[in-house]
Order: sequence, then structure tokens, then C-alpha cells
Amino acid sequence: MEDKNKFVKEVAEKKYEYGFTSDIQTEIIEKGLNEDVVRLISSKKEEPEWLLEFRLKAFRYWQTQEQPEWGHLKMPEIDYQAISYYADPTKGNKKDGSKSLDDIDPELMKTFDKLGIPLEERLALSGTAVDAVLDSVSVKTTFKEKLSERGIIFCSISEAVREYPDLVRQYIGSVVPYRDNYFAALNSAVFSDGSFVYIPKGVRCPMELSTYFRINARNTGQFERTLIVCDDGGYVSYLEGCTAPMRDENQLHAAIVEIVVGANAEVKYSTVQNWYPGDAEGKGGVLNLVTKRGHLRGANSKLSWTQVETGSAITWKYPSCILSGENSQAEFYSVAVTNNYQQADTGTKMIHLGRNTRSTIISKGISAGKSQNSYRGLVRVAPSAEGARNYSSCDSLLLGSTCGAHTFPYMDIHNDSAIVEHEATTSKISEEQLFYCNQRGIPTEEAVGLIVNGYAKDVINKLPMEFAVEAQKLLSVSLEGTVG
Amino acid sequence: MLEIKDLHAVINGKEILKGINLTVRPGEIHALMGQNGAGKSTLSNVLVGNPAYEVTQGSVLFNGKDLLAMKPEERAHEGLFLSFQQPVEIPGVSMVNFMRAALNAKRKYQGLEPMNAGDFLKLMREKRKIVELDSKLANRSVNEGFSGGEKKRNEIFQMAMLEPTLSILDETDSGLDVDALRIVAEGFNKLRTPQTSALVITHYQRLLDYLKPDVVHVLLGGRIVKTGGPELALEIENKGFDWIKAETESLQGI
Repeated sequence: MEDKNKFVKEVAEKKYEYGFTSDIQTEIIEKGLNEDVVRLISSKKEEPEWLLEFRLKAFRYWQTQEQPEWGHLKMPEIDYQAISYYADPTKGNKKDGSKSLDDIDPELMKTFDKLGIPLEERLALSGTAVDAVLDSVSVKTTFKEKLSERGIIFCSISEAVREYPDLVRQYIGSVVPYRDNYFAALNSAVFSDGSFVYIPKGVRCPMELSTYFRINARNTGQFERTLIVCDDGGYVSYLEGCTAPMRDENQLHAAIVEIVVGANAEVKYSTVQNWYPGDAEGKGGVLNLVTKRGHLRGANSKLSWTQVETGSAITWKYPSCILSGENSQAEFYSVAVTNNYQQADTGTKMIHLGRNTRSTIISKGISAGKSQNSYRGLVRVAPSAEGARNYSSCDSLLLGSTCGAHTFPYMDIHNDSAIVEHEATTSKISEEQLFYCNQRGIPTEEAVGLIVNGYAKDVINKLPMEFAVEAQKLLSVSLEGTVG
Repeated sequence: MLEIKDLHAVINGKEILKGINLTVRPGEIHALMGQNGAGKSTLSNVLVGNPAYEVTQGSVLFNGKDLLAMKPEERAHEGLFLSFQQPVEIPGVSMVNFMRAALNAKRKYQGLEPMNAGDFLKLMREKRKIVELDSKLANRSVNEGFSGGEKKRNEIFQMAMLEPTLSILDETDSGLDVDALRIVAEGFNKLRTPQTSALVITHYQRLLDYLKPDVVHVLLGGRIVKTGGPELALEIENKGFDWIKAETESLQGI
């Protein structure tokens, strides 16, 4: 018994590996939010007038709105005036957009090394280009030159605003308008950095592109904005990872990801979300309030969202697809794990507009501790979507009896030729299953990992190799100490 | 190898085992018979450390070590195996991953490196032939969608993989047709060595025809009331248990 307690204690202590803070000279603007702050962010980024206007419109709209309360979430009060909206850890360095490694604070390099994200290309995992974002600023983007040989643009969104203003202006807000929702409006007003990707016509991106987000500074929010445009016949696989230090107070993360997919083009977007989930008593943790949406504009376009969500105190996120192009195909694969006092309300929206559009939703919720885990999804078939098809499967796995799993599937079908299927199951890891594993020599913690990974297999298999391995480990670690 | 002394155990507050004494030596096969509720399955569960059962008295030595002080997985690593009466399904976990985790956990316990994937798959191929388990079953999720007979064959397959020194077969013959019974029993016999022993719980002679036990015990009311040679099983097959019950009661003077 004592052994077991010791083990559980060890696990509890090591559980969140990325909780360290870095001592980096960071320029943080004063807390609070008003038009002057919006103007200040825009001027710090030396933005063109049209973008400032965009921000201000968003801010004015946001002020007229109320924070949404329809999620199955107990949201702590967010004091938007107690947050700083801009933190720049590269302060003092050159700002010409061509940061060389020599310009980067060694402490900052160390931070990313510790996270296993190499910013030196020679050390990089083969085949992955990285954009590293710390607090409000993109620190470094690797393999830019190599990609540009094929006409691929991969850079921070701030740099894209300077270098490719027409592209950004054409697409930003085209998939997620600032009026979309409360947090989208907030992000549109104060977004700091994020990644920009452009894949030209007919180009297959030769490597995985990846953005790594980290919140470091205290009392700051992270409001990144990612824009991916994959032109006709293009292909790109994009990965997103994120972590944050352990802090007692909640940290706000309100991001937007917009994806535009042209005819015959394909985008795969994979996320392993590992924001700090708060401690075992539910103190602290990231509030992850994110709007992600893709627009399948062209015929035969494809978009898949794959997400493994293990972090955050609160997750409010519905990566969605608008299927306009004929025969376009969208997929949503999700594993959401909640433990302790975590709350997740996550799912997707599939909006079928084009003929013969197809969508697949595979959602796996895993709840442990005193957590609450909800799937919320909408399948809408417009009158124009002749022959649309959707298949949804939402499974919940419960560990223990103090957690909750909920499913909120909405269907809104306006075309009689559509075929929409929905399946849902709820299951529990039984004592019998665990004992069976024990009898074969597999310790309980490992057995839980095995069963959970087996349960999430359909989703994990959709992730790129290296990410899949990472996700498997993460699933096991997030749930250690939950059974037995 | 196994030395059980005065073992008492309860489940849900009810005493099921009321003083079991039993010694199994290397190479021996012991049959454990008795009516439903006599405590046969309780004994097997207690031996493998099922947490639903509580031992209230007595001791069990396994190869000289205190078995009751070990966690279930340690008992497995030490060479104890239970072929479950009703093997549980574990959806999504493939037999390959499951067996690999089990085998490597044992190797870790023995201070060995994990077996590499190639050797492991080769071993799986060899061992599944023993119980004529086809490759499709080996790639499916643990027991999921297996027929009753397939589940039992799968138990013996796992036994072949883990090479225990003491196996407990808890009604492995139940729900098997004649052919499946032969496959399971012959598979088990192929795995026998002079060092391996077994405790076979059964209601029927037909399994014992194949396994040829050295000793037969009759369990009644949580105690072993009669022990004999293989002929005892035949006698029970013909006459049932009532005569033993009567004999016991007269001995106890009831």
C-alpha cells in the first residue's frame, strides 16, 4: 500500500513535465484592454492601416457582446482588464523579421530545447519545419529558405502582414469573421502572433509544418492567429503543439485558426494540446477558448482535423469545416482527455453546402477524476447539398465514478437526399479488465494506458508518426494515478 | 512449489474458504472438484490476488516465497497463471500489444531487455499453433468477438506465451465442444514439463481424461474433504458428490 502511495505521489509530481518558467527579459505592456491597447499592439507590429481598422472594428464589436454561457462548463470569471495583451520575449533584438539565431536570447533557446523543439535546423527532426511562438511573438521559423524554393510561404503572421499584405488581407477573417463569436472578436482585436502558410497551386509541401506555442510570461494572455491557405491542387500537413508553465492563476488562451482549401487540394491539421491543466485541486490552468475553422472552397478538396486534447483547465473548441466545393471531404478526429477538475466542451461543426460533400466525425472522450467531458457537434446540410453524407461516432470512456461524460449532437438537415448517421457509446474500464491485465503481469497504470490507447487508436492512427508516439505517451501520463 | 496452509477468505463479508490445506509439487497436476459454491473459483481468485477477495487467515508459499504479500502482477511474474473461467473482453487492445506488454513486463521483472518486435512476432506465430489459433484472432482485440471456445483457446495461447510454472485452469472445459476441448487439452499437454504444475478446476471427467491428474481433491463448504488418485474423479463422474457429502457429515458427527 505504501509503495502504491509513493508511486501515485511520484506520478502526481512529475505529471506535467512542461510546467517550468523561463527567466527571459520580456517586454510586457500594461494590463487592461481599451482602444489604445489595440492601437499600441498594432503599432508595435508596425501594421498597415487596414489591419488596425480590422482590429478596432473587432474590438468595438466585442464590447457589445457577452461571454457565451451555453457550454457545459463552469467558467471562472475572466477579468479582461487584469490581463496583459502583449508580451514580447525578443525585446532588444532586431525586428527586421530575419531573426538569426545569434539574435535570440540564449535563455529563450534553452526554453525551446527543454521542450524538445530544436530551433537549429541541423538539430531538427528530419522533415519538420517549426514556427516557435513564445507569448505574443514568433521567435523563429525554421527551413523557411528551403520551403521558399517551391514557392511555399511559412512564416509568422506578423511577418506575413509585412511581406505578403495582399495575401493576408484577402484571407484573414474570411473563414472566421470577427463577428463569429465573443472570443473570435477578442482575438481579432488583440491577436499577437501565429503562423502563416501559403501553398501555391499544385505544390505538395515536402515536409511537415509545425507551430509550437508556449505561454511564459505571467498574467498575459495568448491570442495567436494562424492562417493556412492551400491553393488548388496543393497539399500540406500541419502540426500544432502547445504547453505553458504551471501557474496558480488561470491563463487565457483565445486563438483563431483559419484554413482555406482550394480545388483538389488537401490540408491535414493535427493538434496535440498539452496546455497546463491546473493542479489536482483544480487551481490554475489554461482557459483554452479557440475558434478553428476550415473552408473547403474548391471541388474535391479535403480537410482533416485531428486533435488530441489532454491539457487546459477549460477547453472550448470546435474545429469546423464548411464544405462548399462539390465532392469535398472533411474529417474530424478527436481524443479529449480530462482528469482532476478539468472541463472540456469540444466537438465540431460540419456545414454541408456543396453537392456530394462528405464528412466524418470520430470523437473519443476520456474522463477521469472529477472532470467533465462533453462532445458538442453540429451537422448541417443546406438545401443545396444534394447527396451529402455524414457519419458521426461519439464514444465516451469513464474512469471512476466521479467524472461526467456528455454528448450534445445537433443535426440540421435541409435536403432529403442527405444521409446522416450518428452513433454514441459510453463505457467504463472495468475492474475485471484491469485484473485480467494484472494477472498477465501488466501493472495497473500500464494497463490503463494500454486500454486508453486502444480506445483512442482510431484517432491516434491519423496523426503523423512522431506526433502519434508523443500522443500515446501523453495519454498514459495524463491518466496515471486515476485507477486503482 | 505451492504450499497452502489453513487458508480462509471472504468476499462481500461472507467466508467462502474455511481452512484450505494443499501442497502441489513440481510436475504434478491436481484436479479440484466440487459442487457449485464449494469455493473452487474463490481459491483460484485468491491465489492470483483478485482484490475482490480478502484473505483472513492462513498462508501460501509459492516456491518458498510469501505469495499473499505479492501484487497480482508479481505473482504472474513469479510464474503463476490463471486461465479465466470467463475471460474479459478488452476492446481496442490488440492481442499483439497486449501480449507484448505482458511479456515485456515479465522480462523487465527478470532484468531483461524488452523483446524486439521481430522475435516477438515469431514467438507469437509459434505459440498460437499450439492451440490452432489463426493469425486473424491474434490480430484482433483481446477476446473481443471471440466465441466461447476461442476465448478458452486464447487463454491457453497466453499460457504458452508466458510459460508459467503453475497454471490454474478454472473450468477451462466449460462451454467447449468435443473438438475444442481436445485442442485446448492437447495444447495444454504440449506445454507440460517436469517442472510445471497445474491446478485444474472442473466438473467433468472428460477434461481429466486428457490431462491425467496425479491427485484429485474434493472441495466442500470451503474445505478439502477428500483427496485421492485419478480414480476418485471417475467415482464422482459415476456417483456424483452426495456420497462424499454424507461421508463428511458422518465423520463430523452431524
